[in-house]
Amino acid sequence: MELIVSLAIAVLTGSGVWLLLRPRTFQVIIGLALLSYAVNLFIFSTGRLKIGAAAILEKGQIGAPQAFADPVPQALVLTAIVISFATTALFLVVLLASRGLTGNDHVDGRDPE
Amino acid sequence: MTSWTDHLIILPILLPLFIGAAMLLIDERHQQIKAFANLGSIVLMGIIALLLMRAADTPTVTGAAPIAVYRLGDWPAPFAIVLVADRLSALMLALTSLLAFAATVFATAGWQRLGAHFHSLVQFLLMGLNGAFLTGDLFNLFVFFELLLAASYGLVLHGSGPARVRAGLQYIAVNLTASVLFLIGVSLIYAVTGTLNIADLAIRIPQVAAQDRALLEAGAAVLGVAFLVKAGMWPLCFWLPTTYAAAAAPVAAIFAIMSKVGIYILLRLSLLFFGADSGASAMFGANWLIAAGIATILFGLIGALASQEISRLAGYAVLVSSGTVLAVAAAAGQPAVTAAALFYLVNSTLAIAAFFMLIELLERGRDPGADMLAVTREAYGEDMPDDPDAEEVGLVIPASMAILGWCFVGCAAVIAGLPPVSGFIAKFAMLTALLGDDAAAGISPLSWTLLALLMLSGLTMLIAMTRAGIRTLWSPTERADPRVRLAEIVPIALLLLGCVAMTVQPQPALSYMQGAANSLHAPSAYTDSVLAPTPSRIKTGGGS
Repeated sequence: MELIVSLAIAVLTGSGVWLLLRPRTFQVIIGLALLSYAVNLFIFSTGRLKIGAAAILEKGQIGAPQAFADPVPQALVLTAIVISFATTALFLVVLLASRGLTGNDHVDGRDPE
Repeated sequence: MTSWTDHLIILPILLPLFIGAAMLLIDERHQQIKAFANLGSIVLMGIIALLLMRAADTPTVTGAAPIAVYRLGDWPAPFAIVLVADRLSALMLALTSLLAFAATVFATAGWQRLGAHFHSLVQFLLMGLNGAFLTGDLFNLFVFFELLLAASYGLVLHGSGPARVRAGLQYIAVNLTASVLFLIGVSLIYAVTGTLNIADLAIRIPQVAAQDRALLEAGAAVLGVAFLVKAGMWPLCFWLPTTYAAAAAPVAAIFAIMSKVGIYILLRLSLLFFGADSGASAMFGANWLIAAGIATILFGLIGALASQEISRLAGYAVLVSSGTVLAVAAAAGQPAVTAAALFYLVNSTLAIAAFFMLIELLERGRDPGADMLAVTREAYGEDMPDDPDAEEVGLVIPASMAILGWCFVGCAAVIAGLPPVSGFIAKFAMLTALLGDDAAAGISPLSWTLLALLMLSGLTMLIAMTRAGIRTLWSPTERADPRVRLAEIVPIALLLLGCVAMTVQPQPALSYMQGAANSLHAPSAYTDSVLAPTPSRIKTGGGS
């Protein structure tokens, strides 16, 4: 499972960085979205990968922390998803405004000759 | 100690949230009400910041500086969110509210009408800034950073127009990428240490096992890169001059504090996590910070000499100021140097903010600036039916060119660091502290380098500013005196008066900075206060 998760993060990051460096605004926004997916998976994996473990302790029990999933990265990833979603939406609005004002979709507002 | 003072720490975050949200409900036509609410909120924040500064500067019975800790929900510190106010964060709060006050007064003269929700966005930006200065938790720092960035995206586009949208697009893309790096750094640090509380991290980092240390340092480095993007460190700074030059004048003035947020965090975290006595990772990254700071100063100087427009010159002045604080503070082996760097930070931020607003007045009546303003008026004019009438109200001051010229001289002298103004005192304090650093063992090559660089930066900025001044103020043109309203000149004068106050009375300011630097260099006081097991909610110690 570790291999699958790390491959997924690697592929998403690689595609994200490549798209981020492209000259078209749409490619940049898709690159940023892919990067934020990669980071969300990455944060999730910092809580160690566990299958079938509860994130909270049973009521009235002390319990061994090793037997439970770490709830903190799950809370963090939730916050990160919300924030990256909101900022991507905002970036989309600016992208459209830029397309309307400059008449093309190059990140510099004009195509190089 | 009364109970209401306990809650002062959270007010700089709650107040702008509620005022900003309430202003969204007021119609855009009632700009005066909004401006009044905005200014009232900022004044309140300033008073709170001054109260916090006084509380933080009152020594406890044991003689140590008190560090006020606010535990939200009264949960014990490592498990829940804390807000921490010490000398440095209270100082940054005060500086923020002073800049915001000046910029908002400036905006009431006309800029507030050029786009929607200016005053709400300023309040949300202040909420993010105040939160970032007060938080004691790494992930909350991320949330407050995103908050201030989201508000700044709106502000940088304020007034619209192709130049702003283009600059805004690149600014947002750079900062979203930096946020991704921020998250990677935070989660790497969490993966190694298992905590996000800054004080708890400061205790756990020296205890990290040797095989995990590489991962921890990688996380810290990635996190550092995210802050360096915000601070405008070379080579991560190419967005900064373009964005600041394109932004509306009052917005650029508030943004002068935004690059200092990155510096504040770097200063705090590097001394807490990798201070002199933090075990195997002590002084991690310090050499990188010094080298990058020097490169930033050089890049900023070259840019300042090469810039044709004054607004870009001001952007490069921001870079020089950032680079100077970072290089000097990172090279600081002892608190005296950090104190001088803080003095310089406050001083240069005030002068640069005043300079950004002054540029707009000087450029008015010149063609490029007038074009920009006309375009933005056109884009928004139809939505604001009361715009033309409102432009005529307000007191127009006579002999505006003479007053603007004196303001320009003041800004140039502070930014270049000429005697007798406070910029000179700041540089002198830095040089004295650097040279006194190791007087017995002779002066280190690093100190000599920084000394030469500080001299060079003063000279270069003087040349660049003089040239810009001659071109703007002395060029024989047919244009009439720009129409300058009182509400536009007062904020500039206010910020410059701040510099004058620091010139006339540098001793109280420097001794306050010295206290702030001392507590920065003594992380144990911070960690002890935050992680104190006492049941009481607040430990200010002073003012009983």
